[in-house]
Amino acid sequence: MNINITLIAQMVTFAVFIWFCWKYIWPPITEAMSERQKAIAEGLAAAERAEKDLELAQSKATDQMREAKVEAQQHIDEARERAKQMVEAAKDDARQEGERLLEAARAEIDQEMNRAKETLRIEVAELALSGAEKVLGSSIDRSKHGVLLDELAAEL
Amino acid sequence: MAGQELTSGEYIKHHLTNLTYGQLPDGSWGLAHSAEEAKEMGFWAINVDSMGWSIGLGLVFCFFFGKAAKHATAGVPGGLQNFVEMIIDFIDDTVSNIFNHTNSLIAPMALTIFVWVFMMNLMDLIPIDVIPEFAKLLGVHYMKVVPSTDPNVTMGMALCVFGLILFYSIKCKGVGGFFAELAFHPFPKFLMPFNLFLETVNLIAKPISLGLRLFGNMYAGEMIFILLAIMYGGIVTGIVGGVLQWGWAMFHLIIVTLQAFIFAVLTVVYLAQAHDVEEEH
Repeated sequence: MNINITLIAQMVTFAVFIWFCWKYIWPPITEAMSERQKAIAEGLAAAERAEKDLELAQSKATDQMREAKVEAQQHIDEARERAKQMVEAAKDDARQEGERLLEAARAEIDQEMNRAKETLRIEVAELALSGAEKVLGSSIDRSKHGVLLDELAAEL
Repeated sequence: MAGQELTSGEYIKHHLTNLTYGQLPDGSWGLAHSAEEAKEMGFWAINVDSMGWSIGLGLVFCFFFGKAAKHATAGVPGGLQNFVEMIIDFIDDTVSNIFNHTNSLIAPMALTIFVWVFMMNLMDLIPIDVIPEFAKLLGVHYMKVVPSTDPNVTMGMALCVFGLILFYSIKCKGVGGFFAELAFHPFPKFLMPFNLFLETVNLIAKPISLGLRLFGNMYAGEMIFILLAIMYGGIVTGIVGGVLQWGWAMFHLIIVTLQAFIFAVLTVVYLAQAHDVEEEH
């Protein structure tokens, strides 16, 4: 309880501790704290930026997806249209080809028939001629009765 | 309790005596053997226990906070750094609310005061007989473990603060400005002597109230612990005393923290006033 030299000694001690704190404790810690504060602020800003970027990218992706879908639909429609046209064309071709073939076949048949008729007519003429020869008992002069024979043959 | 051979009065007196080193009546230097002897040593004596405990606690502060400062990282802080940063943040907040000038010394000083005074006050919560009895086993007869119950300690700090108040007053206002602040307030200039008297008393009251407030609070708290410790005579009074002591310790914990905080804050307030260059009224 007595005031003595402790008073002075305590002043010195106090001053030394304050000096130590002022020099070696306060600055590094507050510096680290403010640095961390800055880092956190930066981190938060970066996160916000990233979030915005992500949003942007997402909307862009959706847009692109929608566009792609539309384009794909267009392609599909086009392809379908083309397929239809191709089928139509093929059908037309086939029909035409068929008709052509039919026509050709018909022409051939006609030709064949005519040829057969001709042959038949000649044979019949021969036959009629030989029959008539037999009936008349003489040969028929071909050059004399040629016109008649031809007429006959044409009638057959 | 210190022993049956002591009366209550002696017990109290024993607890309130510092371990004092100084010149003994026979002319040689050594530790005082009684309160009277310590008193007779006069000014040229030193309270070894107060100095030892306060320096020890200051070193604890420097060690832990210095360790945190040395390994301070802006990355993920460890437990110690977290704890230290919490206190520093608290002090920094408090100081920046009170002190609007730029002075890098103020906040570290407030931190030192707060933590150091808090630790010195906290010594009060160690059961009062433990360390003195232990010291007795080592042959040391007086041991006051709470440095802040020694007016030398609290007044020493207060005088340091007073020195800083004077230093910054003169630095910021100049000798003339400082004198004007003392002489021309609160009354008109023709009442200068009266103003000077009033303001000087006001100025001197600052360190005295600062030092004595802490001392008074801690001394009173210590006193109550001592008085409660005397109750450990019988079983009934012992139990009552124990309960009371526990209650008082809980309450004292608030005082311990509050007084440390008040000392730090008032120091900052006084220094802020010293920095304020007053405009003409």
